[in-house]
Amino acid sequence: MNRRENLKLLFTGTLASGFLLTNCAPEDNKLEYTPRIEGGTVGGRTEEEKLIDQKLLSETFLNEDERKKLDVLVDIIIPADSDSPSATEAGVVDFIEFMMKDYPAYQTPMRGGLMWLDHHSEDNYGKVFMALSKSEKMEIIDQIAWPDKAKQDMEGGVKFFNMLRNLAATGYFTTEAGFKNLGYIGNTPNIWDGVPAEVMKKHGFELPEKYLDTYLKPEERGELAQWDEEANIIRSNS
Amino acid sequence: MSIEIKSSSEPYDVIIVGSGAGGGMASKILSEAGLAVAVIEAGGDFDPAKDEDRTQLRYPWESPRRGNGTRIRPFGDFDAAIGGWDIEGEPYTKGKDTSFDWFRSRMVGGRTNHWGRISLRFGPNDFKRASIDGLGHDWPIGYDDLKPYYDKVDKLIGVFGSKEGIFNEPDGFFLPPPKPRLHELFMMKGAKKASIPVIPSRLSVLTKPINNDRGVCFFCRQCNRACQAYADFSSGTCLVHPAMKKGKVDLYTNSMVRKVTTDDSGKANGVSFISKVDMKEYKLKARVVVLGASACESARIMLNSKSKSHPDGIGNSSGMVGRYLHDSTGADRMGILPDLIDRERYNEDGVGGMHVYTPWWLDNKKLDFARGYHIEYWGGMGMPSYGVGFSMDTMRKFVKDEFGNPSPNGGYGEGLKKDIRRIQGSTLGMSGRGESIPMYHNYCEIDPNVVDKYGIPVLKFHYQWTEHEIKQAKHMHDTFEEILTNAGAVLMGEKPGPETKYGLATPGRIIHEVGTTRMGNNPATSVLNSNCQAHDCDNLFVVDAGPFVSQADKNPTWTILALSWRTSDFIVSELKKKNI
Repeated sequence: MNRRENLKLLFTGTLASGFLLTNCAPEDNKLEYTPRIEGGTVGGRTEEEKLIDQKLLSETFLNEDERKKLDVLVDIIIPADSDSPSATEAGVVDFIEFMMKDYPAYQTPMRGGLMWLDHHSEDNYGKVFMALSKSEKMEIIDQIAWPDKAKQDMEGGVKFFNMLRNLAATGYFTTEAGFKNLGYIGNTPNIWDGVPAEVMKKHGFELPEKYLDTYLKPEERGELAQWDEEANIIRSNS
Repeated sequence: MSIEIKSSSEPYDVIIVGSGAGGGMASKILSEAGLAVAVIEAGGDFDPAKDEDRTQLRYPWESPRRGNGTRIRPFGDFDAAIGGWDIEGEPYTKGKDTSFDWFRSRMVGGRTNHWGRISLRFGPNDFKRASIDGLGHDWPIGYDDLKPYYDKVDKLIGVFGSKEGIFNEPDGFFLPPPKPRLHELFMMKGAKKASIPVIPSRLSVLTKPINNDRGVCFFCRQCNRACQAYADFSSGTCLVHPAMKKGKVDLYTNSMVRKVTTDDSGKANGVSFISKVDMKEYKLKARVVVLGASACESARIMLNSKSKSHPDGIGNSSGMVGRYLHDSTGADRMGILPDLIDRERYNEDGVGGMHVYTPWWLDNKKLDFARGYHIEYWGGMGMPSYGVGFSMDTMRKFVKDEFGNPSPNGGYGEGLKKDIRRIQGSTLGMSGRGESIPMYHNYCEIDPNVVDKYGIPVLKFHYQWTEHEIKQAKHMHDTFEEILTNAGAVLMGEKPGPETKYGLATPGRIIHEVGTTRMGNNPATSVLNSNCQAHDCDNLFVVDAGPFVSQADKNPTWTILALSWRTSDFIVSELKKKNI
């Protein structure tokens, strides 16, 4: 990379936005919500890694009943709101399906937890979970969703729901829709010049006086570094 | 040129085993002196500027596991380092009641593709610890011997930092450091109250260009993914590939070295390696053999290189190969800053690591343990990845409503979704990385019962921490709590106690293992002389962290680079004098 190309990268972000464009082709209008699952991880993969991803993607862990139950559960955890989609719309169940195979320690707690939900529903309402009314479902969820208030005999259910909450949340907030909802700004070429002034002010911070002349100044980033004999870097404005 | 397989009858001047920091530097210096060099690498070639090798600037949804680690990439699906703690077909074993975890990267550039770029010089005291506290041994060289090489490494590779004038944290030729991030300002505030210094960090990331071959940092916080602009140091992009372009350097990839071969007089005359492509054995000849395969892998090769003249392995007449294995100590703590809940969003990625750190600041004469540690700070608004949104069953209570009432832990629904958004970027933490005492009884040896899939006998590790490291970890945790609390953070998790050695990391976990082929003036108690030349084989050299007599409370890479450059100069000079 020569300096001109590098500056282009820095100031226009063309290289990066070029990459981004290939990942967000306009004709693929599902992409806003749907993460990449089908092809395995992108970038720098070894043959061994490609084979592992392909094998995991070709297998199915969750059966249809389990998927249907998860559709309901993840949307209870992360529903749609006025400006963002729900967990199912963001492809969270596909993500959970993949994680079951990628991290097999999840399998028994997940399968068993979903079964337990049916047993618990049967014991209390005489019906499996999916056959319950919305309010009955929520009565059960409320028994296991609040770890500090839950009854002691619900401990197993609480653990199951904690796992479900973790997977639903992480599966959601690692999608484009989730990033938008979190308000994350980054992962793109830029120039760091410290915390914005108004944020510094709000938290009552000032940069330490002693380093003010030492810190990087954005305008000197194109200049080739040179030092004097005392190992002081030569600054253009000093 | 990258060579797949060649059985060469034409000998090289030098064969270098390994392409990490040590091997990479040797390949550059030796080839620039006009020598014909072969670099033998156990993994494949790697260039982050090629789009097919690029993981930088990828989003978590480009990974079906959303960036979560795997066996091959334990530090995340987009981490550049290929290998891990547990490589298929390449086992290692452990002695009874001991533990050691061994991280390996099988690729051009080795572990320099992943590391934190923390580039600290060892200070004058770090070479003479035994003279100071009576533990371990002094190095046969001192800071003044390495200083000119540290200076050259700074200028060749680039490191940002600030001149501080601290005796045992020598300043270098620094590029300007970046301004601190918001959570780092909180840490600085917390540390100041406790009279603990926090200074700009020293990372080998280019904040200004140093030549026309490498670009400058564009602040994506992803140095561990390897930089397509070559704005961070990794051996492949900054040393091996440039050396191949300029000099007579042949790179042999996917080649697993089994042993150093010797002639009848016991001199090294080449290496024997297994090609991973066809699983056949090949031999290469050279006038000089340089090992830079990593402290433990180089020890393994030497121990496996048995011959009539070297019955216990080449370079091992002292029985010291594998001995004095030691890693940095490590402990971590985390907290949450109520002041950062609902924080303003802006791009705070910054460089691929901390912008500030704490060098060791205390006097051990007033403490109940030997040797110090530095503190690395982390947290803030990095790119979310697998794990974001976790632990709301314990963390949600830190979010409060407008009347100051805490949210209930756990839950679901729009309220949960909102609280995950509000809490984002409010956690922070720190890690201590310290110096341990090198011990004869901490070592690796060949396990006679186990071979890897290439038929090469594997290493067996024996390692136990001493009281000094355990007490140091306790001190780290007291310090962490003080800084976090002073910063206004609420501590998370429990403070570890004696039953877990105060949270002291398992040996090997900090990936700073050194000392297995240590240097010394006495051939009976050391493997190499002060020029990293084997006492009992004068054309065999080691350029990784094996020669370290002691691993300071600094990251080892900058010293590996300086030492490898110095050793390479010595090799050139000895070849000219026809001494080897």
